[in-house]
Amino acid sequence: MASATRAGTRSGAVAEPSPLLEVRGLTAGFGAGPVLFGVDLSVREGQLLALIGANGAGKSTLLGVISGLVSPSSGRVRFAGQDITGAAPERIVALGLAHVPQGRRLFATMSVRKNLLLGAYRRKLGRADSELERVLGLFPQLKDKLGRDAGMLSGGEQQMVAIGRGLMARPRLLMMDEPSLGLAPIVVERVVEVAREINREGTSVLLVEQDVMIALEAADYAYVLENGRIALGGPAAELQDDTRIRAAYLGV
Amino acid sequence: MRSVTKRFGGVLALSDVSFDVPEGQVLGVIGPNGAGKTTLLNCISGVNRLDGGEVHFAGQRISGRRPYEVARLGIGRTFQIVKPFASMTVRENAAVGAVFGSAQARMATAAAFRYADEVLDLVGLAPKRSLPVGSLTVPDRKRLEVARALCTKPRLLLLDEVMSGLNAVEVDEALEMVRRVHSSGVTIMLIEHVMRVIVGVCAQAVVLHLGRVLVAGQPAEVLRDRRVVEAYLGERYASRHAVGGSG
Repeated sequence: MASATRAGTRSGAVAEPSPLLEVRGLTAGFGAGPVLFGVDLSVREGQLLALIGANGAGKSTLLGVISGLVSPSSGRVRFAGQDITGAAPERIVALGLAHVPQGRRLFATMSVRKNLLLGAYRRKLGRADSELERVLGLFPQLKDKLGRDAGMLSGGEQQMVAIGRGLMARPRLLMMDEPSLGLAPIVVERVVEVAREINREGTSVLLVEQDVMIALEAADYAYVLENGRIALGGPAAELQDDTRIRAAYLGV
Repeated sequence: MRSVTKRFGGVLALSDVSFDVPEGQVLGVIGPNGAGKTTLLNCISGVNRLDGGEVHFAGQRISGRRPYEVARLGIGRTFQIVKPFASMTVRENAAVGAVFGSAQARMATAAAFRYADEVLDLVGLAPKRSLPVGSLTVPDRKRLEVARALCTKPRLLLLDEVMSGLNAVEVDEALEMVRRVHSSGVTIMLIEHVMRVIVGVCAQAVVLHLGRVLVAGQPAEVLRDRRVVEAYLGERYASRHAVGGSG
């Protein structure tokens, strides 16, 4: 309601600013057949957007298409005013879109410092140093572990390194795929708090999270993906009371 | 299944899992990713060895037997990643099951092809039986996977996510196929993410979570069970929406 009113007052004179990320009619899949069927989604600049949905709904595939890791069979992806459909992942990173993959995917036998610096390989090294300072400001517990192998850290710390590596590219949009997977509940809260801090500092965030309430409390806006389609989308606070979310997961 | 337990390294994939599949029933197994569903099928079909517990089928202990022995005793299964013989036709792929299947199958070539035709008719692939498998669409590949298992003349058919990757219409067609197979006299145990399938064909549903049986019962009730909502959506969503008691 509120957003409709706001859009209403603005209509006519000033056009709604175009979203930072815009996905239209996206269909994609692997050998076994399509996983996504005509997905529409957009992220506005400054937004913390949650993407939720049951296992197998297509969340990771959608992130993979956005970051150029999976080729769509149809549909378009626009980011920061440019068509990035099918573009090379490194070009998409350079445009300011970073992806923190599910399962962290760190280089386990490389140091924490090197893992972090890899996130900035598109940038000048001098810049990377200042970026490293910023990441360590966000994750102070990594400061005295920079020389350790990433594989030796706890799960929660490894997740911090994975998020930090994404931030090293100084993205305009950071996509995080189930950063709380396999972590203890108290660490989950911390990871989501980190997503909010990153967002408060001006980075747009697309968060995939399995715990529905944690996601909806953190986010401004949320989409529910069900069997490869967007089943619901709306302000996160409103979706908290929407029983259709349960239906999207369990069919009842 | 009695106290079935399976470890992979330090991870307990299945822990003390016990339940029965009554003859003539369609039973569904659901659960979030990593719940142990496919491991359970692997433990029944002899692909994985148990670390504890026993599996009995038709009065015999089958845990510890090899996959081909389990198949000959009358348990057919499909795989999530289908692997048909790429250089062969649809009909030839199905006939392989009839030649090397259960004691009831094990047919000579001509009989195997005749039986393959019957089964292809049942799963709705008869018009495409002469095609090379490479030309099949995804839903048809899934049908062929079911046909290959059915050609072994199983008393129990294990289906591992045969509906994944299908659109709504294709899911309906696949549901019809499962119903036809069931009414031809085959007991079915299926793993599925698509809840509509569980409610649509299963008399009973077993929910696995973190390797254990969380809830078992009638599908519609199971899916409303608070413990199931918690496992899928998180504890706080379940309490906010004050979903019913524990079944």
